Amino acid sequence: MADPMRIRAQMAGNMVEVRVLMAHEMETGQRRDAAGKTVPAWFIQSVTATCNGKTVLSAQWGPAVSKNPFLSFRFSGAKAGDKVIVTWTDNKGDKRTDEAVIS
Amino acid sequence: MYRTKTPTSAKWLTAAATFGLIAVGVAGAQVPAAKAAPAAVAAAKSSDPTVREIEKYREALADGNPADLWEARGEDLWKRKRGPKNASLEKCDLGLGEGVVKGAYAKLPRYFEDTDRVQDLESRLVTCMVMLQGFSYDQAKRAPFGSPENKSDMEALVAYVTANSRGSRMSVSLSHPKEKEAYAIGKKMFFHRGGPHDFSCATCHAQDNIRIRLQDLPNLTKQEPAQRAYTSWPAYRVSQGELRSFQWRLFDCFRQQRFPELDFTSEGSVALTTFLARNANGGIFNAPAIKR
Repeated sequence: MADPMRIRAQMAGNMVEVRVLMAHEMETGQRRDAAGKTVPAWFIQSVTATCNGKTVLSAQWGPAVSKNPFLSFRFSGAKAGDKVIVTWTDNKGDKRTDEAVIS
Repeated sequence: MYRTKTPTSAKWLTAAATFGLIAVGVAGAQVPAAKAAPAAVAAAKSSDPTVREIEKYREALADGNPADLWEARGEDLWKRKRGPKNASLEKCDLGLGEGVVKGAYAKLPRYFEDTDRVQDLESRLVTCMVMLQGFSYDQAKRAPFGSPENKSDMEALVAYVTANSRGSRMSVSLSHPKEKEAYAIGKKMFFHRGGPHDFSCATCHAQDNIRIRLQDLPNLTKQEPAQRAYTSWPAYRVSQGELRSFQWRLFDCFRQQRFPELDFTSEGSVALTTFLARNANGGIFNAPAIKR
């Protein structure tokens, strides 16, 4: 089971600013271990964020994204007290969903 | 074997580059205001253009520091019942009383009556894990530093405890004779030359304004640079994808000097930490930070 994300969501004017930290190895599949064997690719493939049942961000990621990625984005149409739900899925099918209340 | 602890690789360089890309690219033009970092701000005034550019890079990374992930894991480890005695660390005395975490790191290392020795954070955590949770001494100090394959509980706990001293003023006491002794031993170690390169800590860390490649080598014999250096550890190292503690910094300096391995939580290790922490007195603690 993957470690939880750290999500912060704050009103900035009439926009919501969301900052997400994800704990993930993000292996490119290009690296070799000490024995010379290729370390298999293992990375987050899709990220979605929803608020009040609407998708506010949908992203497809590849192995070029860093380890423990940080994602920051803004959207409009929500207010303080609403919930932002973020989900990622990696190429092994592992999933993690966390949420934060907008402050 | 060093390589297993500080793995190499191009992937890290890629990681460093893409980390920046993500932070800036996705956030778009509206880069959020970074957490105020007094040390970084002070350093940003440097007259050296290279140093100024490095500072800019650090500021760009400061928001969304993955060290938060270690802090969260450490908090969970602190509060979770573990070990043969099925106890949490919430009764651990870090010097300010049972369970007081806030501000504790800024006064460490210090003398503890119950163990009759000077202890730094790590050796104190080992004591608590042995006394409260019933782990053996070897179990408690087993994995001081993490790697992708092997996460270190110790580093997570260190992240949690140190984060609770952010904003505190460093004040390491030398009132007890054993504290004075530790400081003196640490000072001696700092200036002691040895090993195949005839190196000492002071070889790199007793001159002003020098760098190795792009890294500052702070003059740890002077108050201001000593404060700036000590108060910025632990830090998330982007090039390693790991949170690194001050103890890791010492461990790796010893490796770079080709000295024998610095025994984790040993008297020598605590003494050297005491010397460096005391020299940082008066500085505002501002970590876990982020470094390239």
